Amino acid sequence: MNTNACVNRRVQRRASLLPLAWQDRGSQRFLLLLFGITAFCTLSNGLLPEESFLYVDTYTITLLGKYLSYALLAMAVDVIWGYCGILSLGHGAFFALGAYAMGMYLMRQIGDRGVYGDKVLPDFMVFLNWQELPWFWYGFSSFPFAMLMVVLVPGLLAYGFAWMAFRSRVTGVYLSIMTQALTYALLLAFFRNEMGFGGNNGLTDFKDILGFDLQSQGVRLVLFVLSALVLALAYLLSRYILESKFGRVIVAVRDAESRARFVGYKTEDYKVWLFVYSAVLAGIAGALYVPQVGIINPGEFSPLNSIEIVVWVAVGGRGLLYGAVLGALIVNFAKTRFTALMPDAWLFILGFLFVAVTIALPKGVMGIFAAKAEKKSQKQASQ
Amino acid sequence: MRSRKNSVVVSCVLFMRMTLVFLVLTVMCASVFAEESIAGNEKNQTLAPQPELSAVLTSLSQANLSQMPNLISAMEKLGLESTDPDMHRIIMAIFQAQLAGNLYYRKNEKQLVVLRKLDSSYEVLDPLSQKVLAFETKGQLQKIRVNNRLRKNLNASLARMTLLSPDVGLRLQAVDQLMTHSTDENLSLLKRARSNETDSTVREKMNIALALAALDSTDLESKQQAIVTLAGSLEPLVKAKLEAKLAKDDQGHFVEPNKKLRAAMQQALTDIEFKRRVYAFIETLFFGLSLGSVLLLAAIGLSITFGVMGVINMAHGEMIMLGAYTTYVLQTLMPDAIGWALVLSIPAAFVVSALVGIGIERGIIRFLKGRPLETLLATFGLSLILQQAVRTVFSPLNRQVVSPQWMSGALHVNPVLSITYGRLYVIVFSFLIFVLLLFIMKRTVLGLYVMAVSQNRDMAKAMGIRTEWVDAMTFGLGSGIAGMAGVALSQLTNVGPNLGQAYIIDSFMVVVFGGVGNLWGTLVGGLGLGVVNKFLEPMVGAVLAKILVLVAIILFIQKRPRGLFPQKGRVVE
Repeated sequence: MNTNACVNRRVQRRASLLPLAWQDRGSQRFLLLLFGITAFCTLSNGLLPEESFLYVDTYTITLLGKYLSYALLAMAVDVIWGYCGILSLGHGAFFALGAYAMGMYLMRQIGDRGVYGDKVLPDFMVFLNWQELPWFWYGFSSFPFAMLMVVLVPGLLAYGFAWMAFRSRVTGVYLSIMTQALTYALLLAFFRNEMGFGGNNGLTDFKDILGFDLQSQGVRLVLFVLSALVLALAYLLSRYILESKFGRVIVAVRDAESRARFVGYKTEDYKVWLFVYSAVLAGIAGALYVPQVGIINPGEFSPLNSIEIVVWVAVGGRGLLYGAVLGALIVNFAKTRFTALMPDAWLFILGFLFVAVTIALPKGVMGIFAAKAEKKSQKQASQ
Repeated sequence: MRSRKNSVVVSCVLFMRMTLVFLVLTVMCASVFAEESIAGNEKNQTLAPQPELSAVLTSLSQANLSQMPNLISAMEKLGLESTDPDMHRIIMAIFQAQLAGNLYYRKNEKQLVVLRKLDSSYEVLDPLSQKVLAFETKGQLQKIRVNNRLRKNLNASLARMTLLSPDVGLRLQAVDQLMTHSTDENLSLLKRARSNETDSTVREKMNIALALAALDSTDLESKQQAIVTLAGSLEPLVKAKLEAKLAKDDQGHFVEPNKKLRAAMQQALTDIEFKRRVYAFIETLFFGLSLGSVLLLAAIGLSITFGVMGVINMAHGEMIMLGAYTTYVLQTLMPDAIGWALVLSIPAAFVVSALVGIGIERGIIRFLKGRPLETLLATFGLSLILQQAVRTVFSPLNRQVVSPQWMSGALHVNPVLSITYGRLYVIVFSFLIFVLLLFIMKRTVLGLYVMAVSQNRDMAKAMGIRTEWVDAMTFGLGSGIAGMAGVALSQLTNVGPNLGQAYIIDSFMVVVFGGVGNLWGTLVGGLGLGVVNKFLEPMVGAVLAKILVLVAIILFIQKRPRGLFPQKGRVVE
């Protein structure tokens, strides 16, 4: 009886992408909430007068846009940690690589409006006495090429890394430490001026994107809406992937990898492709982050940043996707608040969050809701 | 029940033994320190009355310029013939003062004094006793005049006196100086000094100085002999001179026309360059070992907590940091005895870090048993809290920890190789700790318990081992060792809140690279990575060397996931 229903649902789900999300309550609520908030903020910022009680100013819009790009990043981590049990402490690296690709495009858009007014070279290259553009900067003046790189660079790195790691069956804590070493190595590399990515200052002073002024209200609004849209699409796609047969194998790998392997699945292939997908999501998040924040520097590669992402996911509750989004929003909102009010206290709070969530709330905030819902259903069942 | 009691007794004995080892270590370090401080107290003895010298000094104040040279040579003679080393020193000091124009006499008493400029005022000293004398204005004093001829005399006298001074260090310096200014006068001086020289190093240096000069002579035989002497010398001047002799001048002729001599010189130069390369290699090796010993120190505590217990402690770096701050605190408490503070801070840092470690184990890690990824996150959070706590209590800025006298300075093996004591001690210290840890793990009851618990917890429990207690002790031991590493690091780098964070990734790399659960693997891993890093550095630069090493480890782990020395047997799963 029960299995029959399950099969029926699966058949329905495979039919199309959108109805799939409508099947479960969590997804419905999440997507509706995301849509509602985005629509409200957009309309309020675009239509209401500034004196209005409900007016959302452009600063907040940009801040929310930044949070949404973080949320996408957290979702990327949740895809592999929550569903496949791979704890990556280096996802900040993929995020930063996507961000750098976007930053390079924005840098080329400045053209001769830089401080030194050079037609081709960005300011920092003129400053370092470089004579011509390094080869890896070619093509970044074209937007489609840059977007391709946003996806390709993190994807290729992830593929290379994951292919080697999973093929030799590096798992668990070892893998986590390897990913951390990876982002640490990139941090050191990007700090070098000789690399040609602006050294420790990174890339900044962006002027416009696709010919539109980055500072203008309209562009900021569009970027915010775009972030929300990409987040929703990424959610649907991730859900689709994880509900598919591929996703079921992934969950099997998480719960009992050897068994899945004995049954005949090449588990490393599944893991590699999921890792690549997750890295690409992180790269896209980085590309959305840069135009809204206006700077990208090697600090994004620091191991601390990558580990913070994991905490967002842990706080929200892993293995649910929207839990990660919620966690990213909660923690970052708290961070913005506390670093302004009590800058010294933030690290205490963050550290405490790590400890408290892992010990007291292993399922995160969503875990509380889940427990309540379960109690309710138990009550109903006993009645 | 009985076995439990038994284990408590045994462990108490064990703890005492560990304390004993510490005491012995402390006393060893302390005795080194004490010797040094006695050696430092020897100077500034009072001088016996010198009637002859005082007579000459009085006449110096009344002499005119033409009488001066005689007086100077008389003083030089006094200094050279005297058996008292202080006499020698005082006369040289007077010459130096005269050269610098600081030698005066009092107008009314005709007493010779040395004027010394302080920040804004002056003070006068008695040249014999070095005591500060009463003095009002500069007007009371009359300068002893010097002209260029006298300066030349004074310089020559000084050179001769240093060359014949009873102090070996001074003599070496004098030869060095004469080597660069080889006039005929200096050479004859050197030759005379060589015949009296007793110290072999100084003598050798004199030989080289003379041989260098002989290269410029016209006599073929003496040239050949000089080349034989110079072959293999590491003095920078020798290499430069030989290269200059082998070069061609503007017209394209060789500076040295004789072909045979040129060949001999070429051979000598090749020898020198080979020797230099060997010593450069040794130096790089030393730097590599030094870096490696730092890595070893940072990682060795981790090889206990992570390697043996399997607990991922991301706050390990902060245990190191706490050790470094303990050193800083002890030093601020005992500003007069920096050396003692450092020695004391070794056990103190062990205790502080060990207690914090036990606290972490009892408070957090034991609730997360068997969930390594959660342990990783929780301890990382803890590291943030500890860092911020240190930032709040002390300061976000780096704290300066002073090195005691016996840690600074260097051992000069030869002109191209010198080994700093600080680094040398850290290498020795890291090996001592390694041996100590190896002893604890292989030869004590605690070590046995740790092995038993890590291999089969349930069986160990069934045999009456208090596994919880062993967990706490082991974690305390690993953390305490990290604290001791902090003491050593405080001598090499700045002490700041981020000190530990800088080492955490490296430490994990060392442990994973060496093979988890294997102390020898950690030793080889740490030293190997340090040496490889230092050999790469001159080729590609410091940062890129580090990146390359990191990437190499990442690739290596893919190839051999269990490190250099993998554990074998049932323990693996």
